[in-house]
Amino acid sequence: MSEVFIRAGHLFKSYDDVLAVDNVDFEVFKGECCGFLGPNGAGKTTTIKMIHCVLPLTSGSLTVAGMSVSDKPREIKKMIGVAPQEENLDPDFTVITNLLVYARYFDLPKKEALARAENLLKFVQLEEKRNVIIDQLSTGMKRRLVLARALINDPRILLLDEPTTGLDPQARHLIWDKVRGLKKQGVTIILTTHYMDEAAALCDRTLIMDHGKIIEEGKPADLVKKHAGEDVLEVDFDPEVMRMLKEKFPEARLETVSDRIRVFTDQPHGVFEAFLKDFPSRGATIRNANLEDVFLKLTGRELRE
Amino acid sequence: MKRRDKIATGFRLPELTYRVWKVWRRNFDVFMKTWKVNFFPPLLEPIFYLVAFGFGLANFVSNIGLPYTQFVASALVAISVMNSSFFECTYGSFVRMYYQKTFDGIIATPVSVEEVIAGELLWGATRSMISSTIVLGVIAAFGLISSPLFILVLPIAFLGGLMFSSIGMCFTAIAPNIDFFNYPAFLFITPMLLLSNTFFPLSYFPSALQNFAIAVLPLVHQVSLTRGLVLGNIEPLTLLSIIWIGAVTLFFFILSINMMKRRLIK
Repeated sequence: MSEVFIRAGHLFKSYDDVLAVDNVDFEVFKGECCGFLGPNGAGKTTTIKMIHCVLPLTSGSLTVAGMSVSDKPREIKKMIGVAPQEENLDPDFTVITNLLVYARYFDLPKKEALARAENLLKFVQLEEKRNVIIDQLSTGMKRRLVLARALINDPRILLLDEPTTGLDPQARHLIWDKVRGLKKQGVTIILTTHYMDEAAALCDRTLIMDHGKIIEEGKPADLVKKHAGEDVLEVDFDPEVMRMLKEKFPEARLETVSDRIRVFTDQPHGVFEAFLKDFPSRGATIRNANLEDVFLKLTGRELRE
Repeated sequence: MKRRDKIATGFRLPELTYRVWKVWRRNFDVFMKTWKVNFFPPLLEPIFYLVAFGFGLANFVSNIGLPYTQFVASALVAISVMNSSFFECTYGSFVRMYYQKTFDGIIATPVSVEEVIAGELLWGATRSMISSTIVLGVIAAFGLISSPLFILVLPIAFLGGLMFSSIGMCFTAIAPNIDFFNYPAFLFITPMLLLSNTFFPLSYFPSALQNFAIAVLPLVHQVSLTRGLVLGNIEPLTLLSIIWIGAVTLFFFILSINMMKRRLIK
């Protein structure tokens, strides 16, 4: 777990007048699943695209398996599989042909390509759709096929850019299973997502990006503990309750969102139960703090885009 | 630090490998899937033209030095070269680039952007060759080929196709949307189709206009070469046309790849 596989140092990327990635340093270790989280426009996709050598760096360094993306794009692209955010399957071909044509770009011999393609269709449970044209696939099936296509070159690194956006829960969980399976096989995975439960479920480590910078990183559980504590109390808004809460938890962070008060504290389990016993409040719930709390705390509630 | 960016994106001679053919092959595979539909236009269009001009208009035309239908026939071959590659690398490439994101998919593999565009251009040239083969077949059936040199029309069709592909690709590189191609189609292709020694001899123009046409209209040279080979009369001007097409092809081939790189790699 300790071998660095991807390393970025003072990485900058600017488009005409926008600084999309602003002096970023990070490392991704061999065999881990590393999540890039951040609001829209944070620079996640730009970073991903620089890793797989389709966007040139503005400045700084970025190496994959010790090779610079500026010098060895072909070698790097050979060992990477990419499932892009925007589905770009080839609509002119059937499911199996999509995989075979893609295999050709990687110089796979025909026989081997076919064997791998059939295996991958099994892996993503699309065997019955083998000869179907892309248009007739559901969104979930397309995402699965994109995943299969990303695996055709047997990559050591897999880049998943919002792999489950727009999917129903069944399809999401299927993708999650596959990602976990791949991780077990030793594939290094970089994942971007807007779903914090997804990041918590899949990632060993997450990097939170905002405005082109990495603003926090760590294991999901550690980040939750550090920024949101263990328990969160939510109650309906009431000035009286608010006053009591402030009095009782002077160190706590109180947040009012759409007529609900959320209380974050670093005190251990049980403190909110005691409070509610003394001051029963309307609509009170106590829940575990989660990664979404961390995310919103760090990146704010302001809408992006 | 700015310089590294330049190396990756700046203007340069494209670095191409055998992977170009994988892109070409992708388009070829798609073409073959729907070959029946693809073969019809180049088959039917010249027949309509020949019927209209041969049975119709030819009766009004005299003293241009050869039968009018024969004059028009070789132009039809050249026009098919222009149309198939130009439209393949404008509408066709734009759809693949913009709507289907096919290029994005390919450049995530060891194939580079430059190779993707070069593959598209070579494919456009191939389409020109396929079309011109069909049109040649049609005019042969009408008995309008008079020299065995006509076989050389095929490599010339490929070369001319590469030229029109490359010119078309420059428009693709700057097209904000697909409707944009109406401009080059109506301001460039249609007038050229009518005024390039195709349906009447260029010598009917005032000499200034003649010189202008020879200097800047690619189709003039494609027609002059094709007609020379089909009729078997090679003149000095025919050789000039090869050089003209070769130079223009090389220029736009390099330019279009660079322009597309600029569009695709920000």
